[in-house]
Amino acid sequence: MALIEIEGLEKAFGRHRVLRGIHLAIEAGSSVVLFGPNGAGKTTLLRILATLSRPTAGHVRVAGVEIRANPEGIRQYLGLVSHAPLLYDDLSAWENLRFYARLYGVERPEARIQELLERVGLWPRRKDLVRTFSRGMVQRLAIARALLHNPPILLLDDPDTGLDPQAAEMMTALLREVGGSARTVLMTTHHLERGLALADRVLILAGGRLVFDADAATVSYNDLRPLYDRYVGGA
Amino acid sequence: MKRYLRVIAAVWWKDVRVELRSKDIFTGMAVFAALALLILNFAFELRVPDKRMVVPGVLWVTVAFASVLGLGRAFISEKDRGSLAGLLLAPVDRSAVYFGKMLANLVFILVVELFILPLTVLFFNVSLISLPLLLVILLGTIGLAVVGTIFSALTVNTRAREVLLPILLFPIILPVLVSGIRMTIGLLEGDPLSKLGNWLQLLIIFDILYLAIAFLTFDYVVEE
Repeated sequence: MALIEIEGLEKAFGRHRVLRGIHLAIEAGSSVVLFGPNGAGKTTLLRILATLSRPTAGHVRVAGVEIRANPEGIRQYLGLVSHAPLLYDDLSAWENLRFYARLYGVERPEARIQELLERVGLWPRRKDLVRTFSRGMVQRLAIARALLHNPPILLLDDPDTGLDPQAAEMMTALLREVGGSARTVLMTTHHLERGLALADRVLILAGGRLVFDADAATVSYNDLRPLYDRYVGGA
Repeated sequence: MKRYLRVIAAVWWKDVRVELRSKDIFTGMAVFAALALLILNFAFELRVPDKRMVVPGVLWVTVAFASVLGLGRAFISEKDRGSLAGLLLAPVDRSAVYFGKMLANLVFILVVELFILPLTVLFFNVSLISLPLLLVILLGTIGLAVVGTIFSALTVNTRAREVLLPILLFPIILPVLVSGIRMTIGLLEGDPLSKLGNWLQLLIIFDILYLAIAFLTFDYVVEE
């Protein structure tokens, strides 16, 4: 059984249909990268999975459980990293993670926070306010925040937005490390090369529909680029 | 239940901590309240034979107007920095987030009232320090925080949110203002609180009713 199952998912904001009948099954431990232009519905799909948005129609199940039936329980399974870091500028790195550890009821929070801050290379800056961090450091801290409760599913919504190439490379390496085989990752990005480096399955979403679905091992950047341009152009 | 209470405490602690560092909400509310009291002091001095007569109205209107400034920030600041989703991802019933935010707002308004009360005494030469009056102010403030927090969440995704919040909020909190003003008039005239039982009941029922409404509706209010 797939860890995430999506059947006939639709989402509309008023008359505007953002998602149009999405069917998708994601196996546990896989890394799925979702490409698509702005307005394709990538963020909306992730927000529905994260229980931040209510579907208009269709079913979404995580570990066999309908997310609308037990949203609190589902949220324990999820970590979300988006282009907004979900952090507080007026709190230090340590205080931010301490706050989220309380929200998630993390056991032995001090040890877990130290472990994650060391992993993302921010332990020496733990007492500094987040407002003093660079964009790259903020995103690394956002990854630590999303991993605090050790979620089996990691949702990444354009996590490399606004990063310079060096910071983006560092982010890719970090995501590869934290993804691992035990965690299921669903990531959206515009950056084909970076996405392919992380993916073992590639999807393209255009006009609210899944228009391409392939094993990443069978797709190279040179194959994907014209396909992406065609779908995006036709979206 | 333990986790639910822990989330309430965490959200409250975070809001208070952020406010202690930034002082954004308190500074705006306190400066506004001081200016409102100063202007009203001069305005009534010209036409009213005894300024003490207008103190109940001045006090409650100043508190209500100053509160709106802070209440609006409760969710606008979360939305603007993109951290609202972080709160809503907590694996508990989302009403815990509401209660944490509401309690933080309650503290902010009470702190501003600690600043307003001495200023009112100074400008209007009237004694406001009595236990029954402080109880009435506390109950009224709870009503403002309860309704203001849910409406702040309701309006945060709208375009004209700063304008919409007071337009929606003031008609709803009318019972708080009317009962608060009535009881303040009575207490300043020397009536015992027991004589003002109907107004007190109205205030308590209002607080409980809107607390229940907020508890039941918050999840729908914040979800897209």
